[in-house]
Amino acid sequence: MSDIKTDKSNALSFSAPTQIDQEKRNFLIAATVCTGAIGAAAVAVPFVGSMLPSERAKAAGAPVEVDISKIQPGGMLTAEWRGQPVWIINRTDAQTAELSKHNDQLSDPMCEVTSQQPAYCKNTGRGIKPNIGVVVGICTHLGCSPTAKLEAGGDMGDQWAGGFFCPCHGSKFDLAGRVFKGSPAPTNLVVPPHQYLTDTTLLIGVDTVEA
Amino acid sequence: MKKLILSLVFLPLIAYANEAAIGVTAPIDATDYASLQRGARAFVNNCLNCHSANYMRYNRLKDIGLTEQQIKDNLLFAGEKVGDTMTVAMNPQDAKKWFGVAPPDLSVEVRARGADWVYAYMRGFYRDETTPTGWNNRVYDKVAMPHVLYELQGEQILNHETHQLELVKPGKLSPSEYNAFVGDLTNYMAFMAEPAKQQRKNIGLWALLFLGILLVLAIKLKKEYWKDIN
Amino acid sequence: MAQDKTTAKKVEATGLMGWIDARFPLTSNIKNHLTEYYAPKNFNFWYFFGSLAMLILVLQIATGIFLTMHYKPDAELAFASVEYIMRDVFGGNIIRYMHSTGASMFFVVVYLHMFRGVIYGSYKNPRELIWLFGVAIFLCLMGEAFFGYLLPWGQMSYWGAQVIVNLFATIPLIGPDISEWLRGDYLVSDATLNRFFAFHVIALPLVLLGLVAAHIIALHEVGSNNPDGVEIKQNKDKKTGIPLDGIPFHPYYTVKDLVGVVVFLIVFVVIICFAPEMGGYFLEANNFIPADSLKTPAHIAPVWYFTPYYSILRAVPPVMNSQFPGVAAMGLSVMIFALLPWLDKSPVKSIRYRGRLYKRWLAAFVVSFLVLGYLGTVPSNVWGHFGAWMGGADRATVIARIFTVVYFAFFILMPWYTAKDKTLPVPDRVVG
Repeated sequence: MSDIKTDKSNALSFSAPTQIDQEKRNFLIAATVCTGAIGAAAVAVPFVGSMLPSERAKAAGAPVEVDISKIQPGGMLTAEWRGQPVWIINRTDAQTAELSKHNDQLSDPMCEVTSQQPAYCKNTGRGIKPNIGVVVGICTHLGCSPTAKLEAGGDMGDQWAGGFFCPCHGSKFDLAGRVFKGSPAPTNLVVPPHQYLTDTTLLIGVDTVEA
Repeated sequence: MKKLILSLVFLPLIAYANEAAIGVTAPIDATDYASLQRGARAFVNNCLNCHSANYMRYNRLKDIGLTEQQIKDNLLFAGEKVGDTMTVAMNPQDAKKWFGVAPPDLSVEVRARGADWVYAYMRGFYRDETTPTGWNNRVYDKVAMPHVLYELQGEQILNHETHQLELVKPGKLSPSEYNAFVGDLTNYMAFMAEPAKQQRKNIGLWALLFLGILLVLAIKLKKEYWKDIN
Repeated sequence: MAQDKTTAKKVEATGLMGWIDARFPLTSNIKNHLTEYYAPKNFNFWYFFGSLAMLILVLQIATGIFLTMHYKPDAELAFASVEYIMRDVFGGNIIRYMHSTGASMFFVVVYLHMFRGVIYGSYKNPRELIWLFGVAIFLCLMGEAFFGYLLPWGQMSYWGAQVIVNLFATIPLIGPDISEWLRGDYLVSDATLNRFFAFHVIALPLVLLGLVAAHIIALHEVGSNNPDGVEIKQNKDKKTGIPLDGIPFHPYYTVKDLVGVVVFLIVFVVIICFAPEMGGYFLEANNFIPADSLKTPAHIAPVWYFTPYYSILRAVPPVMNSQFPGVAAMGLSVMIFALLPWLDKSPVKSIRYRGRLYKRWLAAFVVSFLVLGYLGTVPSNVWGHFGAWMGGADRATVIARIFTVVYFAFFILMPWYTAKDKTLPVPDRVVG
């Protein structure tokens, strides 16, 4: 049945390993533990990965096409991308000209914070076309959605040249989404990656068409 | 004793094969991308009018060698996006009115019925004036679905003496062409029922290779330690 | 007093271990349960299944947690959410197959573990309580499997739950009210799914973990049995008090169990990656059709691990128009395992030293269990009918009745045949 014989001796059934054995054992343990660790890491991949956005979430967050031909000069349109409001602002020439005049009142007039816009939007109007601004309408302070105050003056006071006002903590942004000094918001509003498919069709969510 | 364990472990295998006698074997080949792509096109053009495949995303067709652009150009019609699932425009309520039952979702049909059944079903329609649609099916008696592919297959009748189907009016395709056509369709439906099937098999091979190495190490480690036991 | 005790606590380790040991019995626990837990040196492969059951428990809990992140316990959404896991969630198919395969493998391993207990008499004095905890774990596991099987909300899920809940309706007088209370509706519905989800993901796992802890604490209190059924604690080294036939669990059995674990994982991976449906036994084809309360599938059978008991249910004929005797027999067929320690009157533990009579009865029981298990997976007319001399009865039903009698006779007659059986002399020390 087995090669273990009945042991009538009064010795223990196990004995301490020799020095040579111990070295071999340490090596085998290290090899087994390392291999096992690789296996554990591989097993962790599906578990950790399962918490990433699923195919459904990715499909829902896919780039969106927006027809901007209907936006009147001085008006705006709110599109939805990944569940966030994206404002597309069609500035009048006068409003665009006004942007560079109040640079001294802004925290980051030259858009130096690179995380807030793609490189091709690092300009005063923060857009590809001079008059069209595209920004994610989420305040960079604590995530409220600011209110559009596109008209100059009004309840925002005589100094107001048009922009956005966050009702939560009073942050102010201009018509290019740049934050005014003294606002709780630390940075300009985010410009999402976008591109023009045609002159009046905007694709929000990707920079260039995938090959 | 060992036999006993083996029989316990493999009880599920030896118990019985629960395949009903269908008589045909579907030409399933998950690596034949050309067949799968033809099948996908046949599915979208013919089945998707009434049946949905609500769990299948169009962009999953990248797994059978299509690019996103090819999917857009050839398989998307009603302004869907490539990330969308294969939904159907038909209202289930209307469908129920027309056919008596809502056409079932086909995402996992092959897993429920088996590929051979689907293949036999698509070949098994015959004329039967006693049913509301005028069609019956050899593997699904009194099925509510009409024969949507009759223009391709032609019309069959069931010979009640031989119990064989006979083609009485040829369709646009020859019988062998039609069989290849529904074979591709079945192949695609088998893919769609579990798109990650090939992936899990590949993972399995790597995992077994890895476990083989670990087994050698574990056995060596065990033997080394058990030298101490007298 | 308490103060004295704390300061008097002897801490051998230094550094971090010393700091912990002064506050928590870490070193002593490691010693008591691993490095100075002395297990008999003659464990054979039957002894792998206990640690494998623990491994599967951990796997089921881990995969279950991740499935819960995506699954929706809602009659409208459940079926779709399972397909969502299978397709849209990264790695979701692997996790789901691990869980579904793990469920069946849990029963494979637990049945083998129980069989080990039976053949080596591990339920006998002083291990009765270990066995009782084990039976409770088995019952709990059956509950887990039953509740969990409803969750995919396919046709087999639905009708399986429908049939089993209706078993309770056969209890005289209060039965119908009980099954309605269990369902929370007049048929298996969203309410049922929701409560089964609660039982499956939290209630029973908690009980299961507690029982497993109790099972192991009880085991380590009295020590492990072995294939010879010899109590190794009766022969201790005079100086150290270590059993002469014992070896430390760690490292000797940890390295040995590691081999068992890797072999198990190979089987596990083969099933998950190449045959997750296992020919319809682990995942049934009809369960890929969403639950439909208006249409029962042509042939419904429980999952394979329930089929021996299901066969017994079908085999017992109704008495006075009541199905209750069948249900009672089925319940008894599971519960009767708990009585084994008191039914077995043999002076020896292990099958090695038992006589022919017992071995024959055990073989008859194993055959009954397997045949009943097989018959539970097929329609009762699978073997056709007897001729007019038997009134045209289903052959399978008659055979299931015979084996049901054998199944119970194994237990009921045990006090008689184990007392009468001729046993061999048991050695003082383990043989191998």
